[in-house]
Amino acid sequence: MAKLYFFQAVRRAIEVSMEEDETVIVMGEDVDLGAFGVTSELIGRFGPNRIRKTPISEAVFVGSAVGAAATGLRPFVDVMFSSFFYVAMDQLMNQAARLRYMSGGQVELPIVYFAGTGPSGSTAAQHSENPHALMMHAAGLKVVMPSTPADAFGLMMASIRDPNPVVFLGDLSLTSLRSEVPDEPYEIKLGTADVKRPGEDVTIVAIASTVRTALDLATDLESEGISVEVIDPRTLVPFDWNTVANSVEKTGRLVVADPARRLCGAAGEIIAGINERSWSSLKAAPQRVTWPDVPVPFSPPLEASIEVTKADLEKAVRATL
Amino acid sequence: MIEDLSSKTSVDESTMLDLYRQLVRIRSFEEKVQELHKLGKLPGFVHVCIGEEAIAVGTCSVLTTRDHITSTHRGHGHMIAKGADVGRMYAEIFGRVDGYCRGKGGSMHIIDTKLGILGANGIVGGGIPMATGAGLSEVVLGGNGVSVCFFGDGAANQGVLFEALNLASIWKLPVIYICESNNFMEYTPTADLTAGHIYERSIPFGVPGIEVDGNDVLAVRKVVQEAVDRARRGEGPTLIEAVTYRIADHAEGESAFLDAYRPDSDIEQWRDRDPISRFRTRLLSDGIDEGVLDEIVQEERARVEAGVEFAEASPFPSEEETLDHVFAVRGA
Repeated sequence: MAKLYFFQAVRRAIEVSMEEDETVIVMGEDVDLGAFGVTSELIGRFGPNRIRKTPISEAVFVGSAVGAAATGLRPFVDVMFSSFFYVAMDQLMNQAARLRYMSGGQVELPIVYFAGTGPSGSTAAQHSENPHALMMHAAGLKVVMPSTPADAFGLMMASIRDPNPVVFLGDLSLTSLRSEVPDEPYEIKLGTADVKRPGEDVTIVAIASTVRTALDLATDLESEGISVEVIDPRTLVPFDWNTVANSVEKTGRLVVADPARRLCGAAGEIIAGINERSWSSLKAAPQRVTWPDVPVPFSPPLEASIEVTKADLEKAVRATL
Repeated sequence: MIEDLSSKTSVDESTMLDLYRQLVRIRSFEEKVQELHKLGKLPGFVHVCIGEEAIAVGTCSVLTTRDHITSTHRGHGHMIAKGADVGRMYAEIFGRVDGYCRGKGGSMHIIDTKLGILGANGIVGGGIPMATGAGLSEVVLGGNGVSVCFFGDGAANQGVLFEALNLASIWKLPVIYICESNNFMEYTPTADLTAGHIYERSIPFGVPGIEVDGNDVLAVRKVVQEAVDRARRGEGPTLIEAVTYRIADHAEGESAFLDAYRPDSDIEQWRDRDPISRFRTRLLSDGIDEGVLDEIVQEERARVEAGVEFAEASPFPSEEETLDHVFAVRGA
């Protein structure tokens, strides 16, 4: 078992997929180099016919992937920063997310739209988005947002093999995370959450980088005799309601950590879904810990101030006890 | 002045008659759509292509099922010219389960992948990247198909066209971008809000730009054939501006909420250049018997009537279908 950085694991999944299926191609800006390393050195291996370096024209390459997927290819599209999805929103929302439905199920669109996501050190409001809630709302996009290299590998394998457009968001604050990834290729079914730490008293559902924060907090609280269960949903569409509901029915308490704005966000949606499913099990009002409803600020202390911190999360957990 | 290509084009008689049949089929289809709309039988927006049929017919006459097209909100003609069955077309427009998309798409979104129709599109310019991507598949997979992107003069002002021309040029994609220049972008004359000539817009990208009389089916056929040959030879994309005129309203029924925005005399002037009457005159002068042409007209009108009957007999989809087709199931 080798230790891989988060984006190295993503890269390995692309490489394995390209070896096993010659219809898998890579498209995006600077993909010969690979902005976050996810496509680096693939060009030497697979050549420029399959590693397609595009101009800075998000609308046309996001949309071309739809036409390419409808006619026999499986494009992996590197959008680079998730903020850049907004440049191609018509193609993503009106075309990629609509074509199968509007065709009455004729078309399969096996596309992965990959992007680095979230604040990565004063990159400011146009390079720091976490747009997963918007994508969740599309009806027609799967949304994947892992928190470990091993999950990133298995979920990317499943995403490339999926017959639908998958938005795969790689949290840029996990860039330096390095951990073990099994050598033999495997996949993780989209829509399966992972209990990262079992517990009895309170359930924290944590998304992407907040999983680490939640695990740290769980360790801290253990000494006080508070047992925290940490669940990483890993994919937001489809969402593994059963795993979360089963946990909440055991603990009776729910806190959701989401590194994104609050209004109409994933955290609110998860809480609403659990209220509907597990209301009678709840011993306290569910809590959410999110960014405030602001664009991501540039100045380092301001950027840090919006983060989901351990202290914020602890406060929310205590509010449920 | 656009060069008269049709007098220089020779096509065998059976192809000529087939072109005529296609033109008549689309016209009959669209006139029936207008009638059905007036009767209040059609849900939603409908946009017909009366007066513009020669572009769809001339273009699709040189394509095979293997070739792909993308289309526009005014796309009925493209579908029929690419081989769509009028009954299933009407069923889709009526929102019935026997429609091409089981009633999920409607007039603006008819798709049939078996015929190479990647879809009409409700977003102006929305299909341009898709057609470009279908061209990419041909190149990556080593196929010999081409992709034809129909769009309107309104879409010529969408930025994505320029992105696509650039990408198709650098990658030498087998894509033919065909602008149906029908003089109007919704309710505004195109020239009021459009700089220069649309066909020249590909020149900076190193892509040939060709203007053609869009009301001359043989002229369209000729320039598209040249562009298709070029694409199949691996020499890349072509932009064709087919000049025509939108005889019909932007959307059926618009006069109910809109003041007149063009003089009737303009419409009358363009009726004199009607692509179907012009082609009929040509066929007669070639010595084709008028009875043969009349028979085609009768047959196509009958086809349309039967198509409407088929559609009206088709049920609406069951309510459970609302939840189907959001995602494909892997391995299904």
